[in-house]
Amino acid sequence: MYRSHVLVCGGTGCTSSGSQAIIEKLNFEIAKNGLDKEVQVVKTGCFGLCALGPIMIVYPEGTFYSMVKEADIEEIVSEHLVKGRVVSRLVYDETVTTEGVKSLQDTDFYRNQKRIALRNCGVINPENIEEYIGTGGYEALGKALTEMTPEQVIDTILASGLRGRGGAGFPTGRKWQMARNFVQDGGQKYVCCNADEGDPGAFMDRSVLEGDPHVVLEAMAIAGYAIGASQGYIYVRAEYPIAVKRLEIAINQAHEYGLLGKDIFGTGFDFDIGLRLGAGAFVCGEETALMTSIEGNRGEPRPRPPFPAVKGLFERPTILNNVETYANVPRIILNGAEWFAEMGTEKSKGTKVFALGGKINNTGLVEVPMGTTLRTIIEEIGGGIPNGKKFKAAQTGGPSGGCISAENLDVPIDYDNLIAIGSMMGSGGLIVMDEDNCMVDIAKFFLQFTVDESCGKCTPCRIGTRRLLEMLDKVTKGKATLEDLDRIEKLCYYIKDNSLCGLGQTAPNPVLSTLRYFKDEYIAHVVDKKCPAGVCKDLLKYEIDKEKCIGCGMCARQCPANAISKTDYVAPGKKLPALAIDPDKCVKCGACMEKCKFSAISKK
Amino acid sequence: MKSLEELKAIREKMQGQVGLRKEDETTTRVVVGMATCGIASGARPVLNAFVEGVAAKGLNDKVVVTQTGCIGLCQYEPIVEIMEPGKEKVTYIKMTPEKAVEVIDKHLVRGQIVAEYTFK
Repeated sequence: MYRSHVLVCGGTGCTSSGSQAIIEKLNFEIAKNGLDKEVQVVKTGCFGLCALGPIMIVYPEGTFYSMVKEADIEEIVSEHLVKGRVVSRLVYDETVTTEGVKSLQDTDFYRNQKRIALRNCGVINPENIEEYIGTGGYEALGKALTEMTPEQVIDTILASGLRGRGGAGFPTGRKWQMARNFVQDGGQKYVCCNADEGDPGAFMDRSVLEGDPHVVLEAMAIAGYAIGASQGYIYVRAEYPIAVKRLEIAINQAHEYGLLGKDIFGTGFDFDIGLRLGAGAFVCGEETALMTSIEGNRGEPRPRPPFPAVKGLFERPTILNNVETYANVPRIILNGAEWFAEMGTEKSKGTKVFALGGKINNTGLVEVPMGTTLRTIIEEIGGGIPNGKKFKAAQTGGPSGGCISAENLDVPIDYDNLIAIGSMMGSGGLIVMDEDNCMVDIAKFFLQFTVDESCGKCTPCRIGTRRLLEMLDKVTKGKATLEDLDRIEKLCYYIKDNSLCGLGQTAPNPVLSTLRYFKDEYIAHVVDKKCPAGVCKDLLKYEIDKEKCIGCGMCARQCPANAISKTDYVAPGKKLPALAIDPDKCVKCGACMEKCKFSAISKK
Repeated sequence: MKSLEELKAIREKMQGQVGLRKEDETTTRVVVGMATCGIASGARPVLNAFVEGVAAKGLNDKVVVTQTGCIGLCQYEPIVEIMEPGKEKVTYIKMTPEKAVEVIDKHLVRGQIVAEYTFK
């Protein structure tokens, strides 16, 4: 019986900032102080506040230490764990008030969150099945197998209003119903889990797999019971080594405890799960390409219909759900459909996890009820934009989504509202941009990604996106005309209408939505040959203000292209002649501007 | 595992453990003074007696045992404070593991303050 638990984040973010060394040092110091029978160190999944990692929390007090270093551990152990004195200099600032330390749940970051999919992340040790069981794990599976018929399970999921969290938002219950009813020949059916999270900036699926892998296994078993499948596959990226390792451990433990395998809970229901590692192709997150890849073939999409629910993996009825979708399922079974349907908006129930990134103070994972506004997420939970800069736009849905401009900050976020304002939920990546981001450049960035990731099977996607990228490149170089902007838009719709799979159909979205909300920026590039945000190098011009220049020569020494030389002008009150930049030689690296102590250099 | 009963048994065993990690305003807090003065006069065995006793009585859902620094009455150490929601704080002084067992039994289980051990 331990009196105190020290939870250390073992997610990818904190691991890369050194949490493994912290755990080792903690164990060492705890043993040194003779506390190893009293204090337990637990490696958990992600807490969500990745910007402050490595993160450590001490229970039962609930003291939240952030940005902990190995060198701090000795002090934490000897002060806090031995003597009960909180090491206040390491405590997360937000929890410190004039009346002492407040609960983590009351901080701006956590107060507006509602954690369902992430409920165990940062709370349990993901490598210990008993900790998952201790929070009510596998009870939903027990309930489904012993108290419910498969139809009742499906009806519950339908009534809850759960929709796919991978992006498209298809009702999960309907998918299960189709897979159960359409083919009833008694043959094999499959349950698949899409853990091929590929959107740049999205990492909620990784966090669930790393922090709470059993919830996915349990939900897949429930889905297997519902549709009549005895085999499941998790398709996970090989680039997620921690997630893969924890899934392997979880599957083995579930076997040992008889929660996977033959005759689960003595009900005669068999279910097993296999892991399949993806090589990181973005297109393999598309459902038909994913199944083709599991079958051992090159990951290319195939036309739908037939839909996977009728003819999926190995040409058998298959359901494919995303990690976050599955993470909601056991709670719905245990708490009932009404409980889930109470949260969210009319057509989007429950919560959604967003991966906050870009120009935001609290980079990390947040889970909020559907219908929360972007303003709440960015200003309250995210802690606003660093350095007092102004919000310009937020990109949701990664390369398949679009941007949300400042005018839509107060729109309640759900599937349908996002589509109405020209974006999409996607997997929930949320990249915040400020006035220093050029929207044409952003569109180009995402398009570059889809060009690289297009599988090449269909022409509109393979060639269309490349031509589109070339045209955007012309815009950022100041060589495009207004007619080009019309051509860009036309090509976007052509690609959307004619591509085979979701990758191509959504690839032009970043271009279309930036054209919709930031046309003035495109026009500035085309007509004025200027990049208002000062990002597109070809349109930039560095200049030295000859009245401010004292002729010290610092800039000239920094210049890698020898583009700065003396003029014969000496400003009044200055001793040396001013310098000037030769625009033909300038490579626009900005090194001169950084070095100038007299703010004499500007970029336009 | 072949039955739901076995699952329940594991859950109950683990609940006390995992339950430590929730923050709740309805729980009773048992706070043991663990500064140098407290440790020197034997606060650690008292703390452990509370941790074990609370678990043995199955009170993990309602009671958390935690530690604090110097309470400021060093000559009365080991000091234990019990804070129940909505009630006045009770301070026990010169505690021992044996007294701890008694306090758990009378105060935490039955709600009777053990007046003879309190600070007056």
